[in-house]
Amino acid sequence: MNRLPTLFAGFFLTFAFAWLGLVIIPYIQLEKLGPHESDDGTMLPLPPSGIAQQGAAIYGREGCIYCHSQQVRPANRGSDIARGWGTRATVARDYIYDRTVYLGTMRTGPDLANIGARQDSPEWHHKHLYSPETMSPGSIMPAYTYLYRVQKIGRFPSPDAIEFYKTDTKVAIPEGYEIVPTEEAKQLVAYLISLKKASYPLPEAPSE
Amino acid sequence: MNFLRNMLHPASAESAGTAVSMPESAAAQRRERAAIDASTRIPVLVFYASAVFWLLFGSLMGLLSSLKMHHPTTGLLADFAMLTFGRVRPAHLNAVAYGWAATAGLGTAIWLMARLCGTRLVNPILPLIAGVFWNAGVALGIYGVLAGDSRSVEWLEFPNYASPCLFISYALLGIWGVMMILQRKPGHIYVSQWYIFAALFWFPWLYGTAQIMINFVPAQGTIQAAVNWWYGHNALGLFFTPIGLATAYYFIPKIIGRPVHSYYLSVIGFWSLAFFYSWNGMHHLIGGPVPLWMQTASVVASCMMLIPVGVTAINHHTTMRGHFHLLKSSPSLRFVVFGAIMYTATSLQGILEAVPWFNKLVHFTHYTVGHAHLGLYSFFTMMMFGAMYYIIPRLVEWEWPSARMISAHFWLTAVGSLLMFLTLTVGGFLQALALNDDKVTFMAIVDMVNPFLQFRSLAGLMMFAGHIIFGTLFVMMLLKFGEKQSGPTTLGNHEDSSL
Repeated sequence: MNRLPTLFAGFFLTFAFAWLGLVIIPYIQLEKLGPHESDDGTMLPLPPSGIAQQGAAIYGREGCIYCHSQQVRPANRGSDIARGWGTRATVARDYIYDRTVYLGTMRTGPDLANIGARQDSPEWHHKHLYSPETMSPGSIMPAYTYLYRVQKIGRFPSPDAIEFYKTDTKVAIPEGYEIVPTEEAKQLVAYLISLKKASYPLPEAPSE
Repeated sequence: MNFLRNMLHPASAESAGTAVSMPESAAAQRRERAAIDASTRIPVLVFYASAVFWLLFGSLMGLLSSLKMHHPTTGLLADFAMLTFGRVRPAHLNAVAYGWAATAGLGTAIWLMARLCGTRLVNPILPLIAGVFWNAGVALGIYGVLAGDSRSVEWLEFPNYASPCLFISYALLGIWGVMMILQRKPGHIYVSQWYIFAALFWFPWLYGTAQIMINFVPAQGTIQAAVNWWYGHNALGLFFTPIGLATAYYFIPKIIGRPVHSYYLSVIGFWSLAFFYSWNGMHHLIGGPVPLWMQTASVVASCMMLIPVGVTAINHHTTMRGHFHLLKSSPSLRFVVFGAIMYTATSLQGILEAVPWFNKLVHFTHYTVGHAHLGLYSFFTMMMFGAMYYIIPRLVEWEWPSARMISAHFWLTAVGSLLMFLTLTVGGFLQALALNDDKVTFMAIVDMVNPFLQFRSLAGLMMFAGHIIFGTLFVMMLLKFGEKQSGPTTLGNHEDSSL
């Protein structure tokens, strides 16, 4: 192994082989994947709304991926479906509209691929983001209080204000104040509710 | 005969040459070697000093994210956006991977290149500029992650205004590497040099592809995930691993004063690593929404890793045979051999984790986090500590001021990292069993894992203490603290000038 050109040819060929195999060929295979027209004419998956796309950026910025995955494995590859995280495994087509794909590698918290199908109440999500322990006792999720404003109640209470129950001792709101979500909190919740992957059938992935 | 021996056992060439030559020429050789070392002083020290800074910063971030996992709301600046778990955790990874490990690795690679090419540093300004760009990129990137510009792609979190700095830096080092090899003394290209050249050549290609396809011109859908893990795994396998192995291949024979056991095993080990490691990435996506053929290819390639890993382990172990007593006295050897053993351990564990039935179980758990620390810490980081204990005295022309501090550094980091590994492995395995049983509620799993996470913080604290000791030693070296010594600092009472 004393000849430089041979050595470099070897470096090039071994790496180029893997580059072609795991990057270029999959790119050719998947880049044209489009939505599927179901029997009733709906195009699946549903394209996300603008506000949900903005929320996806917040999801990324706050690093939700480090504790939550967004992928449902087939029934013979784990308990994902048995836990109710989806009615089928997720497939490549589910992700074609995602600007950044948040598959995740860790489940410190539950999978969120179809959290919007499991929990579609904005009220619940806001309370949960503001005080996870209140909605989910024992949770170790960080509180995202900085996505909310604590403001003095004006002539009328804000229609957006989040109503915590009087019994929720974990949340201390001063008398005469209310908790209001910022635009970013609303975007994030819109995104979470839009997550309905693995809840509709596709030809390559019928519901199990 | 001697000539043939040198051909087959490249690492012995230097010492064998010294043995047969006249004393004057031995002294001249030693002077030339000192001049080569001196020519690397500034660039290597810039890389090393910044690496030590990032090590301390990165372990602080790690400690903070670990504490946040069992104390999410009380204290610890819970309401401060910049320090929320989801930002501190990637700041930790990027600071220790790109700030510490890569920077220390590049510094070591520069020094090794000069030594192995047998030539003084060509264009020392190039690696120096590369070092400045690299650190600017890391600082900008970590600021971006904490400030809310993270790309949220694991191992590629740095925002688009930071990552080009890293690419430029690396490309400069690649160009410089080619200049160096063209200026080398005629003769053998050593095993360590293959690994370093390969790493210098592969990484810009790897990093460029991943940045373009994920961050600059995002590919559609899960192609991103495939490229993400092709990158993530290759950054470990085709950058950190080659530099770590180059270090082991150089220092083990160098310190014990005998050649690498088998040249042929080194050849097999290198090319099988190049061929199989590059196909490993998709085992991070088993069961995920990428084509099954890709997952299968990666599972097969992962199992084939038995060849390079087995061959390298046999080669290093047989080289060391009969010399294990030197671990008692040589600080460098102790760290390097610990790293080499952990390389074998983490690689074998990685193969197991790629086997689908086992992957189904431990995927998405702390078990994987334990594996990651075994690889990047117990293997790579310890290897770098070993290299730095050998190289820094030759750069600053001063000996380490305290054997006791080196010893404390070793035991705190060695025991701390193994404790972290064991805690995460046991906790992660129990978490895996529970996650796979859909009758166990999710919150019960959170509660069950919690004590392990607390224990992990304790292990992290030990490692952090070790880093503070190492950082102190490093500053003492720069300031030439203490008395001038006649020989190198050894652990225990051994007298051996070869250390």
